[in-house]
Amino acid sequence: MSPAAERLKNFAWSAGSFLLIFVAWDLAVRLLRIPAYLLPPPLTVFWAIVEHWRTLGIHTLWTTGTILAGFIAAALVAIPLAMVIVVSPTLGRLIYPPMVATQAIPKIALAPLFIVWFGFGLMPKVAVAFLIAFFPIVIDTIVGLRNIEPGMIQLARSMGAPPHRVFLKLRLPNALPMIFGGLKVASALAVVGALTGEFVGSDKGLGYILLQASGNLNTSLLFATLVILSLVAMVFFYAVELVERILIPWHVSQRAHPS
Amino acid sequence: MKTTSAKDVGAGDAFIRIDQVCKTFAARDGAPIVAVDNVDLHIGGAEFVSLLGPSGCGKSTLLSLVAGLIQPSAGGVDIGGAEIAAPYTNVGIVFQSDLLLDWRTVLGNVLVQFEMRGQDPRPHEARARELIASVGLAGFEKKYPWELSGGMRQRVSICRALIHDPPLLLMDEPFGALDALTREQLQVDLQRIWQSSRKTVLFVTHSISEAVFLSDRVVVMTPRPGKIREVLRIDLPRPRAIDVRDTEAFAANVRHINRLFQDMGVIH
Repeated sequence: MSPAAERLKNFAWSAGSFLLIFVAWDLAVRLLRIPAYLLPPPLTVFWAIVEHWRTLGIHTLWTTGTILAGFIAAALVAIPLAMVIVVSPTLGRLIYPPMVATQAIPKIALAPLFIVWFGFGLMPKVAVAFLIAFFPIVIDTIVGLRNIEPGMIQLARSMGAPPHRVFLKLRLPNALPMIFGGLKVASALAVVGALTGEFVGSDKGLGYILLQASGNLNTSLLFATLVILSLVAMVFFYAVELVERILIPWHVSQRAHPS
Repeated sequence: MKTTSAKDVGAGDAFIRIDQVCKTFAARDGAPIVAVDNVDLHIGGAEFVSLLGPSGCGKSTLLSLVAGLIQPSAGGVDIGGAEIAAPYTNVGIVFQSDLLLDWRTVLGNVLVQFEMRGQDPRPHEARARELIASVGLAGFEKKYPWELSGGMRQRVSICRALIHDPPLLLMDEPFGALDALTREQLQVDLQRIWQSSRKTVLFVTHSISEAVFLSDRVVVMTPRPGKIREVLRIDLPRPRAIDVRDTEAFAANVRHINRLFQDMGVIH
């Protein structure tokens, strides 16, 4: 089968599975006579999205900005930090234990503190998203940089390569698949972090809309927001995967899996 | 079948001198493990010498000592008149694992030899293509390692070890992970490459027939601690074809080495 036909087939399967879920959902609501304030049928949710598209649009932008800022900041700090930990064992011993200790604190518990520190603006939400997305990137980058065959290092030494060249030409490219693994986990966690921040204290964002809709028992708006939120998270995840595809095609093409 | 001495390099001077080399490692419990015990071995220029022994006999350790990747606990290694105190860089090394870089093409994997040395690889591209073609991989220059079979991958790693034209080739069970047919083909190919380039080869293996087929001299080692049990000169005419294995002279060598291993309790 050609790659294009393969991709079309995969897409058809994804579309089919979602269609199946919507049909089951609709049938369940009708047959079990579930009241709309508990579980609105899919079409009602669709019309709620259409009806509230302006509000949803503005708040989606706000939340997306928070997610992106938290995620990018996490990647920009985590990857160099992991490099330092791997390259310098001394600094590694100094940095690693407190870093693990910060992870022992539930990040959600820090959100109220961030409100005290940073106020009610964008900053405390970005901070929670950052903290929660940070850890998997550090850990996966460290594992990736360390995970090199000893024979490869011996070979490089016999070629007279200095440590910086071994790092740039062997360790770093070798670590990219693991780094992207960490980034993908982090991309999902950044969404959780942004939302948590918004729950704790906000007048903007999809987290705020969710609380509002819940307070007003507006279940169709609640579901509409959930749908938008999962769409944002999915687009974000696939964007990271797209960058992975472009940067490390050698890894993506040998990974045998149905995507 | 001819027993010879560890220092008899045939005609000419020794290129590599391993003199009274010992290597001791600390085990996890701190107790010392003697991997290589007082080994004397001289290897001539353009000579093909195999280190043959059971697993754990210290033959790979000896190879690492010659490469300067580890330093001896006692004694010394000298290549071309210079004492080895750091990784020796005028060398090509092939391990059992091909150690190709997944993110580089066949051509890129061969040229990495120059990049790791901080040299511009571009002037060497034409020669790299010739070399790749000479091992039967013409047309595969732009392929990635995962698109190749195990035998093809090991051919690329041999090209990587040869591209800078070093006088010395160190091979640590290079065909150990290959199937029997591919293995025989690569043995024939290696003999051809060695004969046309006249490099010194130190070849580690635990296959008796592989050692006899390829070598000028076979160094039979004892189980740990690794010592030299006996050195055999293999006088079979070159080039040796695959069916040299059917000759009485070949069989006599194999039989003799087998008996040595039986004496040492390696084979029961």
